Amino acid sequence: MELTREEESALKGEQGEIMQMAYRILVATGEATDAEKLIPIEWAHLSGVNYNTIGDAGEEFLSSISKDARVKVKTSLNPMGFDIDNVSNYNLDDNFISKQLSIKQSYENMGVIPSFSCIPYEIFDIPTGGTQVSFAESNAAIHANSFDNLKTNKESAFSALASALTGKSPYSSLRKEESSKLTIRMKVENPNELTYGMLGFFAGKVGNESVNISGIGQMDRRSCKSLCGGMGTSGTCAKFNFDEDDSESEVIDFDEKEMKEVYDQLNTAEKGDLITLGSPQLGLEEISDLTTKLKGRSFKKRCMIFCPRAVKEQATKLGHTNELERAGCEILSDCCTCLTPLIKKDEVDAVTTNSIKGAYYLKNSNGVDVNLKSLSEIIEDETK
Amino acid sequence: MKKILVKGKTQGKVLKSENPINFLGSVDKKTSIISDQHHDLFQKSLKDSILVFPSGVGSSVGAYTIYSIKSNNSAPLAMICQKVDLTVATGCALANIPLVTVTDEEFSSLENGMKIMLDTESSNPITFLE
Repeated sequence: MELTREEESALKGEQGEIMQMAYRILVATGEATDAEKLIPIEWAHLSGVNYNTIGDAGEEFLSSISKDARVKVKTSLNPMGFDIDNVSNYNLDDNFISKQLSIKQSYENMGVIPSFSCIPYEIFDIPTGGTQVSFAESNAAIHANSFDNLKTNKESAFSALASALTGKSPYSSLRKEESSKLTIRMKVENPNELTYGMLGFFAGKVGNESVNISGIGQMDRRSCKSLCGGMGTSGTCAKFNFDEDDSESEVIDFDEKEMKEVYDQLNTAEKGDLITLGSPQLGLEEISDLTTKLKGRSFKKRCMIFCPRAVKEQATKLGHTNELERAGCEILSDCCTCLTPLIKKDEVDAVTTNSIKGAYYLKNSNGVDVNLKSLSEIIEDETK
Repeated sequence: MKKILVKGKTQGKVLKSENPINFLGSVDKKTSIISDQHHDLFQKSLKDSILVFPSGVGSSVGAYTIYSIKSNNSAPLAMICQKVDLTVATGCALANIPLVTVTDEEFSSLENGMKIMLDTESSNPITFLE
């Protein structure tokens, strides 16, 4: 990798230990991903926030570096383990809460915006013109590359943190204009968001860096997010192209058979004890739509809704949170279905959700079974 | 030598594994003792070794484990892998542990207990000392 004189000086430690460590991370990541240089980025989005995922080692590391480390560019943050406003309702142990609050404090000390959201693309203004960013959250990186005209590697928690501290990132292949070598032909008719989630999951498994999708019509925002969440869960791919011309690439079909394989892998229960919506977290548009769909209806069992704090505040102003609570929903901000400590297998056997990403982590991390349904089926079956 | 991921110079004894290492799941973050009974380094500590192994596997959070064993003074002096992976690369970067990848022939030539010097700045980065 070619470094500038200033980057070399930082790597030697001439700009302090934190900068030296940050550049070591960038160089190690860049060499590992065959980047030829570092480039400036304008926005970093960090993962590695939930105490459930980073544990004591992560908490101690962040606490130690946050004494001196300060971010150089706009930096947003993934969800943590709970919503501070209602954490007492969820029987979490004190150690979890204090370690999570320490992590929160460390990021705030470094100058990170405490957004606690996995959908930065919905709650911040998007820079125009193919801006280079560093997003660690997989669904956000895929969404940025595929729908927001941004460019990012599929960053790790560490490379994104190093990008935040230096304003630089390795110039690896996802940042360049390269066409996908693989096309998936969407053959399933009348798709809903669950179908798109399964398509994304399939694409992540068969693809490598980016995947072209053909045969896809107009997708609503819920479906776009579901597609990105699905892909981020199953593989290392971090970009969709939507080119109908697939003559230059290898083509694989996604039909009822392929969809059923994904469904059978992730759907492990006939029904759930509770419902979760949001993984990725719900944005304002989805909350508004849900409010409309729930007019005059209410859930027959617990329904947990996950959204960013910024979205909950807007939804409250618009009267949506009142309406959703009336319909029996618990609305949680700052956290997400994915890797939540709030759903425990000794309390819950199975969860109903329309999220492929949520399904994967509920099963593999929380150890609970999952019943997959689209939102319209959930409303039809689970409300009265 | 294929790639230099984290620079540095050190010398010590080779601790070689033929199995990949899952740092999150099978390395004690205080003692660096391997807890996976199916691993060929089961019950061995990685402390002060030149750790030679095929590659890291498992969650990227394992990078924090590498940082922890360094903070607890039980880290290897350097790591030499056959294949690069981001968990070991970022972990060694966090902890400032020299890390290189080597060719299959070089990997086979490194044997348990050998004393070697690793100097990433040298034209001949690996020297056999005995």
